[in-house]
Amino acid sequence: MISGCSGKPAQVMSSNEIVVWHWLSDRSDAFDALARKYKIETGINIRFELYTPISVYTAKVRASAQANKLPDIYGVPSLERKDFASLIDAGHVTDITPLMEENNAAWKNSFFKGGLIMNTFPEGNQYGVKPGTYGVPIDINNIQLIYNLSLLKKAGWTAPQPPSTWPEFLALGDMLKKAGIPGMVSGWGEPWMIHCFADNMAWNIMGKDKVLATIKGEVPYTDPDWVKVFALFKEMKDHGLLSEGIVTMVNKEAEQTFANERAAIAFNGSWGVNVYDSMNPGLKYAVAMPPKVNPSRPMYIWVGTTSFIVNDRSPLKQDAVKFLQWLTDRNQQTVLATEMSNIPSAKACVDVLEGPIMDFVAGMENVVHPRLLPVEEFPLVTEVFDKGIQSIIIGEATPETVARSVQDMKEREIKRAERFKAIKANK
Amino acid sequence: MQFKYNKYAVKDLLKGFGSHAVLILVSITCLFPLAWMFCSSFKTQQTIFRDMSLIPKEFHWENFAIAWTRGGFGVYFLNSVFYTVAVISGLIVIASLAAYAFSRLEFRGKGIIYSTFLAAMMIPIPGAFVALYILLIKLGLVNTRLGYILPQISIGLSLAIYILKTFFDEIPKEIEDAAMVDGCSTIGIWWHIVLPLAKPAIAVIAIFNTLAVWNEYILAMIILQDKAKMPLQRGLMIFQGAHFTEYSLLMAGITITVIPIIIVYLFMQRYIIQGIAAGVAKG
Amino acid sequence: MILKLPVSLKKIKPGYIFVLPAVIMLALFYIYPFLKVLQLGFYEWDGISTKTVFVGLSQFQDIIFSDRVWWQSMWHAAYITILALVFQNGLALLLAMLVDRGLKYGNIYRVIFFLPPVLSGIVVGLIWNWIFNGNYGLLNHWLSNIGLGNLSRSWLSDPKTALTCVAIIHMWKGFGWAFLILLAGLQNIPRTLYEAARIDGASAWDVFRKVTVPLMIPVFVLVMVLTVLGTMQIYDIIVSTTNGGPGYHTEVPVSRIIARMLYSSQFGYACAMSLVFGVVLVILSVAQMKISQRLKQT
Repeated sequence: MISGCSGKPAQVMSSNEIVVWHWLSDRSDAFDALARKYKIETGINIRFELYTPISVYTAKVRASAQANKLPDIYGVPSLERKDFASLIDAGHVTDITPLMEENNAAWKNSFFKGGLIMNTFPEGNQYGVKPGTYGVPIDINNIQLIYNLSLLKKAGWTAPQPPSTWPEFLALGDMLKKAGIPGMVSGWGEPWMIHCFADNMAWNIMGKDKVLATIKGEVPYTDPDWVKVFALFKEMKDHGLLSEGIVTMVNKEAEQTFANERAAIAFNGSWGVNVYDSMNPGLKYAVAMPPKVNPSRPMYIWVGTTSFIVNDRSPLKQDAVKFLQWLTDRNQQTVLATEMSNIPSAKACVDVLEGPIMDFVAGMENVVHPRLLPVEEFPLVTEVFDKGIQSIIIGEATPETVARSVQDMKEREIKRAERFKAIKANK
Repeated sequence: MQFKYNKYAVKDLLKGFGSHAVLILVSITCLFPLAWMFCSSFKTQQTIFRDMSLIPKEFHWENFAIAWTRGGFGVYFLNSVFYTVAVISGLIVIASLAAYAFSRLEFRGKGIIYSTFLAAMMIPIPGAFVALYILLIKLGLVNTRLGYILPQISIGLSLAIYILKTFFDEIPKEIEDAAMVDGCSTIGIWWHIVLPLAKPAIAVIAIFNTLAVWNEYILAMIILQDKAKMPLQRGLMIFQGAHFTEYSLLMAGITITVIPIIIVYLFMQRYIIQGIAAGVAKG
Repeated sequence: MILKLPVSLKKIKPGYIFVLPAVIMLALFYIYPFLKVLQLGFYEWDGISTKTVFVGLSQFQDIIFSDRVWWQSMWHAAYITILALVFQNGLALLLAMLVDRGLKYGNIYRVIFFLPPVLSGIVVGLIWNWIFNGNYGLLNHWLSNIGLGNLSRSWLSDPKTALTCVAIIHMWKGFGWAFLILLAGLQNIPRTLYEAARIDGASAWDVFRKVTVPLMIPVFVLVMVLTVLGTMQIYDIIVSTTNGGPGYHTEVPVSRIIARMLYSSQFGYACAMSLVFGVVLVILSVAQMKISQRLKQT
């Protein structure tokens, strides 16, 4: 009746055991099974340890990093670039670039490009980290718009495809408003999701270079293009595209709302397919990229991955990397993919997937992420940015005032960074 | 005279009715979430948010069995019971010794030390977990049961001392003087006289901390590593993936974990209500 | 029974021995981490890197003088605390007094009122999100049923109501504790005093004012101090309902500290915030105790 616990006494880490920390409760059983398989194939013991939820997992990793007690392999949820750089600097991360490039970059090429973006530091990055790859992606996802086809039809949407241009999108909103159907739901109570949408629009409106220039401080946030980005949210609100309460929604709530057909649109990641299918197998939905505002530039979407890092201080790091290579190999990735319908990070296994998740896979061509850029925005500026958009949606601020407040915070943070640089230089 | 009686009779009737109305209204708001949680345990992932009625259309009794096994509740349950008993006993002994000293004994620096304990209660330190972790490593207590128990005693210490001292202050000195005349040592007084009289305070502290220890999971995740040492909350976390939450199993799991607390509370609250009256009467 | 102690131990005042275990625990598990946090308040540190930069008092200065959001969050917590002191404790006192009278089924009420604190944060979040939901929530549903449908709104996303709704959830969860402690205090009052007062012809209000209140002052103080401390540190409810939003409307001190610590990589700054917060709480608590001492004397 009691599952798995053998009640072993506290043991000293046996020298032949690789310990892996992660927070993925839904894949815990699959991981344990793979560990057993690996032991049969190679005789090496792998032990997966689960710590959830993510916030607690992150705290544990931080505390252990301080005490130099990180395990051989540990997963990283979307890590701030700055933290990732600090981990590398503090010697907790193995540089796996050589292994990626081995054999004509065989390992590297087995992955979707997007999966590597999150784990690679590009040339000229602001943190002074040696360019290269430091983490191994084991699954990948991206975030797009999902439409409930039945509700769309009910509102009077006759086209076979969801909207692909901004005016079409607004028109759909008007239809939904008229029919009294709630619009989009998304975890916009979690600021990063708002940022994702805004960022996608920004890249489309002004292009990668101008976004990068803004982050570098060369272009102010009061620039008309940025005001346009902020104004999009007001437009969405006015045209009935946003559900009531979207600004305080957690993503799980949004998923459950969409799954139970209480909203017509969802802005969510590919992991949502699992949730929708389990809660409402009869749901008819279609996946599409956000509609273009600027027709002359491409639309981009965000990628995300779950990655594992090898601890550079581990005496077993060679074996650890080998294990990760095995884990990202086609056979194992297929197991993980079929378990939970996440998109595998290995390109080769995509053929085992089917259904709406394939639409997400198709989107892998256009993925980006702020981490692709060598410079990242100050977290406080991002916070004012995201919270400002929340204010616009609830009608408390205008796009212009939000742009101004973001720029103000930006200027403050620049001054602060210079102050610290000066203090550091004087030491 | 006749009129007065009638007025009071009607007033009493209304008061009784009114009192019950208020009490019942508040009770409904308290019971509702528990009822919803309990009923949701019988539903499935598909019906839990669609079937809004309290009484489920189908009863999936197996959710409890599944939650128990998949959650690994067997071991975690025993661990939680152990931790709760250990923390409460340790806390009561240590806190009551200190509270008695602050209340009855004289020594230099008493005021400062007591104020420090009070200040500790008032100044929370989120962010202490890093220092705590490093400290436990230095003491060799990381990933040990003791290392998990001690910090939790410390967390409840200041409040427990405060409550007990306030309580001890109210106990009439005559009882202790009598005992001292009888030849009882200080520690004897503490153990035989004062502690039994403080049952209501101890019961309050026991309930406060039982709840805290039972629901604790952050320290467990950070300090412990062996699955075999994990408390109950670890079992519940299985059902909450980063993206995918198995709601009905989670509700079943939570129901399982809530029942012991309610039982403990049922048991303890009698002591709280008993009051010191009984103790004084005996003395 | 007199314990035979070795001579040297006997010379040590028993007071010190009694408090020793508690002092050791405090020193190890509170004072040591506290000093570390204090130290970090003077450094800029991201929480991971091996390098820290000494910045003196500048972080403290920033918090006290320039961090508008910090003081907003402090005011939000204070707002909820005031509501809690008045309504939560007022209700708890009323209920405790009703049950204290020896009402029939009093035992059952004692158990029921304690259920909210027992519930886990997850259940509380799910239920209240459902109640307050703007689209299909129970509150809007009931309002339209009794004809007040025009009051419907998205309670937790509307800046005018979000904070108050969070306060309601907090009070709902917390009144069980206040109820319990107040009831314990009331039960300690000897019934004979009530009878004597009634024989003397005192009205219910007089009894309350002259018998109940004076004897309950220590209990009132305890409840008040605990309410202030507990409510100012509110966090779990925020996380499971509004996440500090919309905008900054439901941010509270602890959510700001955690945000800086874990999400903005400003661990040192977060430590400084913790200390400023601690000082505010100490001032509040000491003020309460002084006021109640003065009241006791009147």
